[in-house]
Amino acid sequence: MLIKRASDIRSSEITPESVYRSRREFLQTAAAGAVGVYAGASIFDDVLSAQAMIPGIKKSPLSTTEATHTWEQVTQYNNFYEFGTQKSDPARYAGQLRVKPWTVKVDGLVAKPADYALEDLVKPHQLEERIYRFRCVEAWSAVIPWVGFSLADLIKRVEPQGKAAYVAFTTLQRPSEMPGQRTSSLEWPYVEGLRMDEAMHPLTLLATGIFGKELPNQNGAPIRVVVPWKYGFKSIKSVVRISFVEKMPPTSWNIANAREYGFYSNVNPTVDHPRWSQARETRLGSFVKNKPTLMFNGYADQVAKIYEGMDLRKFY
Amino acid sequence: MSAGVLRTVKALAWVVCAWPGADLFYNTYWGDLGVNPVETLRLDTGEAALVILLCTLAVTPLRRLTGWNRLQGLRRMLGLWAFFYALVHLALYILLEQACLYWSDCRLSLIVDDVVKRKFILSGMVSFLAMLPLALTSTKGWIRRLGKRWQKLHRLAYLAGAAGVVHFIWKTKVPEPKPYAYGAILVLLLLARVVIAWQKKRAAAARNAA
Repeated sequence: MLIKRASDIRSSEITPESVYRSRREFLQTAAAGAVGVYAGASIFDDVLSAQAMIPGIKKSPLSTTEATHTWEQVTQYNNFYEFGTQKSDPARYAGQLRVKPWTVKVDGLVAKPADYALEDLVKPHQLEERIYRFRCVEAWSAVIPWVGFSLADLIKRVEPQGKAAYVAFTTLQRPSEMPGQRTSSLEWPYVEGLRMDEAMHPLTLLATGIFGKELPNQNGAPIRVVVPWKYGFKSIKSVVRISFVEKMPPTSWNIANAREYGFYSNVNPTVDHPRWSQARETRLGSFVKNKPTLMFNGYADQVAKIYEGMDLRKFY
Repeated sequence: MSAGVLRTVKALAWVVCAWPGADLFYNTYWGDLGVNPVETLRLDTGEAALVILLCTLAVTPLRRLTGWNRLQGLRRMLGLWAFFYALVHLALYILLEQACLYWSDCRLSLIVDDVVKRKFILSGMVSFLAMLPLALTSTKGWIRRLGKRWQKLHRLAYLAGAAGVVHFIWKTKVPEPKPYAYGAILVLLLLARVVIAWQKKRAAAARNAA
């Protein structure tokens, strides 16, 4: 009996792509700031329309055609330890975070270091919708329509020096508005990093929105990184600093537990987390952890070549 | 404490123990288990099992402390509820987590692998296996048949509690207060046993001296 209900939930909670597409088309034809009232409205559409719409988004051939998850699933369940360790904490506590004004410091081995106001950082770039698979290291996954631009475009703009081999990212540290930072669950601020070729990969996204709207705070507003072939924690949120460095930068989860979380943390069904298998995942909305996890989260065709010759068991 | 009061306490305790299960059942029916239903079911049944197990272990110290000997009548019921939640927790792990809902999807070798390879899973399994014989021998018949050995056997409840706490601690990605709080409660309850045993010994010595 329990099982039967499960399949009911699954089909109703995931927005069919056709519905989502038609919403998107409607939103895109509507004038900016128009209040969206459209088919398939749920109570979360109220929340959805509370976030400002992003105008002029282009579609991307890099998007998956899989059905996206719903606004509720994407915004009410995630990890953002700055707001607490429970999956409901980000949605519950992130409202108090002020994301305007926002400055991103670009520094290190780069020709044009500067403190960029968010608007100036984003303005020169054509925003695209990128529908990516998202795979958490905890073995749940989702399909999320991000809005953003390739990190590579920003990197080219700021002209890194030849010596710059890695890009290091830092999340905002503001304990007064981020209650999780008043605990020592992780070392603060949260830091992440990518090898230069990973950062330059066209799939690597600097995201400012989801579902055609500005990012809600709990999802890493106002700007975050999305690296779809890596476990979710590599996709650092609420970025305030991007540094170009020579040596592999420290990363938060690696500092917390190096045996469990490597620098690379590529999605890999053949390398288990010490405490659980990574061979299968639970697609949010499903009752059963029965979806086989794909190498590089299904992006092997695009990214496998940059890891050629590397022992991915050793460099997990 | 009169027999009537005990009956009331027992009925209340029954309702409290049934509550998390009823709540999960209700929310499962209405599709209201949150964004990741499997995780909600897994976490809530696991925690219910551990909390009720700790309550079971608290009965004897509480009885000693208050002198309400009838409280002992709560112990079996609490223990069986703890076992019930542990059983559901394990079933969820096998059916949903290991995708054994359909026999064709089920890879028993993967489950064995998981249990053997991962101390986090192993600790949970130890806790469950420690409770299993206790649940099976909880009937009047078995209590009579086992006599003194029954009490010895049922000391496995401590192992179940300890393994359960360790399972919870090993489950978290970063140290969190809750599993340690349960650990502290377990340590207190075990210390209470030591004190009780010591008091008994002293009383016996005093009797012998007299």
